[in-house]
Amino acid sequence: MEFFANLLGRMDLSYFWHGWVQFGAQLTLIGAVVLVIGLLTYFKKWKWLWREWLTTQDAKRIGVMYIIVAVGMLLRGASDALMLRLQQALASGNSEGFISSDHFQQIFTAHGTIMIFFVAMGLMFGLINLVLPLMIGSRDVAFPTLNSTSFYLFLAGVVLTNLSLIYGEFGSAGWLAYPPLSELAYSPGPGIDYWLWSIQIAGVGSLLSGINFLVTILKHRAKGMTLMKMPVFVWSVLGAMILVVFAFPILTGTLFMLSLDRSMGMHFFTSDFGGNPMMYINLIWAWGHPEVYILILPAFGLFGEVVATFSRKRLFGYKSMVWALMAITVLSYTVWLHHFFTMGAGGNVNAFFGIMTMIIAVPTGVKVFNWLFTMYRGKISFASPMWWFMAFVATFALGGATGVLLSIPAIDFQVHNSLFLVAHFHNVIVGGVVFGYFAGLTYWFPKIFGFRLHERLGKAAVTLWTSGFLLAFIPLYILGLLGATRRLDHYDPSLGWQPLFIVSGIGALLIGLGIVVQLAQVVYSIWKRRQLRDTTGDPWDGRTLEWSVPSPAPHYNFARLPIVSTRDAWYEAKHGGNQVFSGEYKDIELPRNTGFGVYVGILSVLFGFGFIWHLWWLVLLSSVALIYVIIRRTYDENITYVIPAADVERLDTRKAAI
Amino acid sequence: MKWVLKRLSQIQIPRIPIVPRVVVLLAWLLGLCLIAFVLWFAMHGQTVDVLQTRGEIGNRQRDLLVFASLLAVVVLMPVYIMLFVFAWRYKEGHHRKYTPKWDGNKRYETIWWSVPILIVSVLAVITWVTSHSLDPYKPLASDKKPLQVQVIALDWKWLFIYPEYQIASVNELQIPVNRPVEFTITSDAPMNSFWIPQLGGQIYAMSGMQTKLHLIADEPGEYRGMSANISGEGFADMHFKTYAESQTDFNQWIDKVHGYENTRDLDMSSYSHLAEPGTSVVQYYHLQDQQLFYNVMMKYMGHSIGREQTSEMTNMEYSN
Repeated sequence: MEFFANLLGRMDLSYFWHGWVQFGAQLTLIGAVVLVIGLLTYFKKWKWLWREWLTTQDAKRIGVMYIIVAVGMLLRGASDALMLRLQQALASGNSEGFISSDHFQQIFTAHGTIMIFFVAMGLMFGLINLVLPLMIGSRDVAFPTLNSTSFYLFLAGVVLTNLSLIYGEFGSAGWLAYPPLSELAYSPGPGIDYWLWSIQIAGVGSLLSGINFLVTILKHRAKGMTLMKMPVFVWSVLGAMILVVFAFPILTGTLFMLSLDRSMGMHFFTSDFGGNPMMYINLIWAWGHPEVYILILPAFGLFGEVVATFSRKRLFGYKSMVWALMAITVLSYTVWLHHFFTMGAGGNVNAFFGIMTMIIAVPTGVKVFNWLFTMYRGKISFASPMWWFMAFVATFALGGATGVLLSIPAIDFQVHNSLFLVAHFHNVIVGGVVFGYFAGLTYWFPKIFGFRLHERLGKAAVTLWTSGFLLAFIPLYILGLLGATRRLDHYDPSLGWQPLFIVSGIGALLIGLGIVVQLAQVVYSIWKRRQLRDTTGDPWDGRTLEWSVPSPAPHYNFARLPIVSTRDAWYEAKHGGNQVFSGEYKDIELPRNTGFGVYVGILSVLFGFGFIWHLWWLVLLSSVALIYVIIRRTYDENITYVIPAADVERLDTRKAAI
Repeated sequence: MKWVLKRLSQIQIPRIPIVPRVVVLLAWLLGLCLIAFVLWFAMHGQTVDVLQTRGEIGNRQRDLLVFASLLAVVVLMPVYIMLFVFAWRYKEGHHRKYTPKWDGNKRYETIWWSVPILIVSVLAVITWVTSHSLDPYKPLASDKKPLQVQVIALDWKWLFIYPEYQIASVNELQIPVNRPVEFTITSDAPMNSFWIPQLGGQIYAMSGMQTKLHLIADEPGEYRGMSANISGEGFADMHFKTYAESQTDFNQWIDKVHGYENTRDLDMSSYSHLAEPGTSVVQYYHLQDQQLFYNVMMKYMGHSIGREQTSEMTNMEYSN
C-alpha cells in the first residue's frame, strides 16, 4: 500500500478544489479543450491536423501555430488582468473583494509569466517564423526539425501552466519568484514548481530557436544580400537572437539551481546554510533585462519595415538604425542591476548601472527620429499597421521617458516597486512590444493567408487599445506617486485610491473590448475573405522579398531563389532595378514531416509534471524515453523530399521575370 | 439555415458617417477634460506621498524627480509635434514634397545622435552626484546624534527596536523631528522593502544581512510606511504609521511605552512567538536583549561562523 502511495508522489485529491472562482476558470479551460477535441472529432479532422499542421516542418505553419497558441494565452493573460483590476477596484477597506490574497498573488504571477513567456515570446517567434525566411530569400530555416521541436517545448510550457489551473496551483511569488519567498521554507506547495518547470521547458525551446534563427540569418541569406543589405527587421531579429543565445542559458542555469534547492534540498539561494538570494536576483535579471530587449528589438525592426512601406519611401538612416540596434543589443547586458538599486549596492555601483541604462535612451531616440524622418516627405497611407505605429510612438515615448526617470537611482528609491513602476513597464511593453506585434500581424497576414484583415475593425481595435491603455495606466502612474505599492490585494479606504483603481479598471475593460474587436476582425475577415483577397501577392506595395511571392506564400517559399543587389530589392525590381528572379528552375529539396517535435513536447510535459509532483518514476521514464526518441531520430535517413524542377515551373504563378 | 447564413454574410459593418473634424476634436477635448476632472476629483484632498514629502531626503528626491520630468517633457515635445505634424502634412493626397529615394542625411543624423548624448551626459553627471549624495547609507549632516532604530521585517509586520531607549514597537514608528534617524534593517522573513515615501526612498530588508537607511523628518506629522516587496500572503497588511513629533513628545512616548501596562518583555523567546506568520496590531515591548537584532540576523549565518566568533562580531557591530 505504501509503495503505491509513494508512486503518487505528493499528489492529492484536495488539489482539485480551490473555490468557486477557480472552479469557473477550471470549467472554462476544460470546456474549451473539450470543444476543440469535439469539433476535431465531429469534422473528422484529426488526420488532417496531424499531417498538415502538427508534424509540419514549414516555418510559416509553425509560425501560425505559435500565434494561435499565443493568442489563446493572451485571452487567459487578459482575463487575469481583468480579475486583478476588478479585485483592486473592489477591495477597499472592509470589502475583501472576490478573491483571496493567495489566489490574487497566483493571478498576478500567472499574468506576468503568461504575458512575457507565452504571449510576447510566442508572438515574436511566430512572426519571425512567418516572414524571416521569406525576407532573406530562403526556403526554410537552418534546422527545420529543431524549429518544430522548439515550438513543442514552448507548447509544453503552455500546457504545464494551464494544467496548474486544473490540478494544483500556480506560483504566488511574482513572475520572477525571488527567493527566499520562492524557496521551500516559504512556498512548499507545487505552485512555484509549476511556474519553474513551465518556463524552464519553454526557455530551452527559446534558446534552441535563438540558435536556429541566428544560423538562418548568417547562413541562409539570398545571393547578394550582404549584411548591410538585409532588411532592418532581419537586423533586429539578429540582435534579438544574439541576446537569446547569450541570455537564456543564464535563465536555464538559474532555474535549475532553484529547482535543485526545491527538490533536492540544496542551498543555492536559501537565506541560511550559505545560500544567497541576492545571487538569484542578479542572475535572473542578467537574463531578465536582455529578455525585454529580445521582445522589443523585433518590434523596432518591423516598424522600420512598416513605416518605410506605408510612407512609400526608403527607410531614413539605415546605417544609423543598424548601429542603434546593435548598440542596444550590447548595452542591454550592462544594465540589469537597475532592477534592484534598492538592494543597497552603494553609490558607485548604482550610478554606473543608472548611467548605462540612460545611455540606451540615445540609440532608442535615434530610432524614433529616423522613423519620423522616414515619414517626412513621404506619401503616407494610413492603413491599420500605420495606426499601430502612431499609437506606438505616442505611448512608447512616454514609457521611455518614465524609464529614464527610473534609471536615476535616487528617484528609483521613491518609485521602485510602486504602481509607477508597473505603469512604466506596461507602457513600454504594451505600447512597444504588443502594438508592434499587432502591426506586424496585420501587415503580414495577407502573405500567409492570402487575404487582408478588415481595415476598419483593425482601426477600431487600435483606438480601443490606445484609449484603454491610457485610461488603465495613467491612473497607475498617479497611484504610484500616491505611494501605492504593487501587488496589493486590498488597501485602506482612507487612502482614497479606489476611484483611480476604478478608472484603471475601466481602461482594462476597454482593452478587453479591443481584444474582442480583434477577434471579430479575424472572424469577419475570414467570412469576407473573397472581397479581401490579395491577388497580387503585394497588397501594400511592399519593399522586401516576402512580397515578391504570391499570397499565400507557397510552402517552398520561392520557386527560384532570388538574387539581391540592393536594399529594398523587391521595390527596386518593381521600379526598373535589377531582376530578383531569373535563370533555370531547379529541384527543390524540402524536409519531410516528422512527429519528432510532438513526441519531445509530450515527454517534456511528463518530465515537468513528474518533477512538480515528485513522481520520480515518471521523471526517470520520460528521460529515458526522451533519449530514445532523440537517438531514434538520428537513424531516420529518409528526412527530405524533392519537388522536381518541372513541377516547380508548373506551380510558379510568377513567371514574369521581375 | 442556408438562408440565414446568406443573410448573415451580407451584413456589412456600417460605415461611420463623416463627422466634421472640428466635432471630433471637440469630442476628444471634452473627453480629456472629463478624465482630468475625474482624476482631479479622485485625488482631491489626498496626500501625494512622493511629491508632498516632509523630510530632507524625500524633498531632494522629489526635486530630482520634478527636474527630470520637466527635462523629459522638453525632450518629448519635439517628438510628439513632429509625429503629428509629419503624419498630417505628408498624408497621402496632401500633395507635399515627395522624395522617395531620400534615405539619409549626415547632418540631421548627427544632430539626433549628439543632442541625446548631450542630454544624457547632463543626466549622467546628475546621476553620479545624486547617487552618492542621496546614498541611503550616507549619514545625514546634523548637529544632533542620529536616533538608532533597528528594523526587522517579519511575516507580516514590522518590528522597530530602539536600543537607546530599551523599547521596541510593532507596526508603529515614532521619531523626533529634525533629528536624523539611522535605520539598520534586516528581515526574518522573505525579502521586504522598507519604505516611508513622505520621508524618502526605500531599501530592501533581507534575512541574514543588514541594510541601512538614513532619513529625517522636517515637520511633525503622521506618515505612512510599508513594505514595497511581495513577501507572501499577508503582504498587503504590512504597513505602519510613522509619527514624527517634537523631542518632548517623543520622550513622552518613550515614557508611556515604559509605563504602559500591556508592554511586554522582548527577548528571544517572546520574539519567536512574535515572529510567527500573521499580521499584527500595534504592540509595545521592553527590550530585554540588546543583542536581539544581531542574533536574528546571525541565526542565518550560524553555519558559516563559529558560535564564539558570532558573539564577538555582534559585540563589535554593536559598539560601532
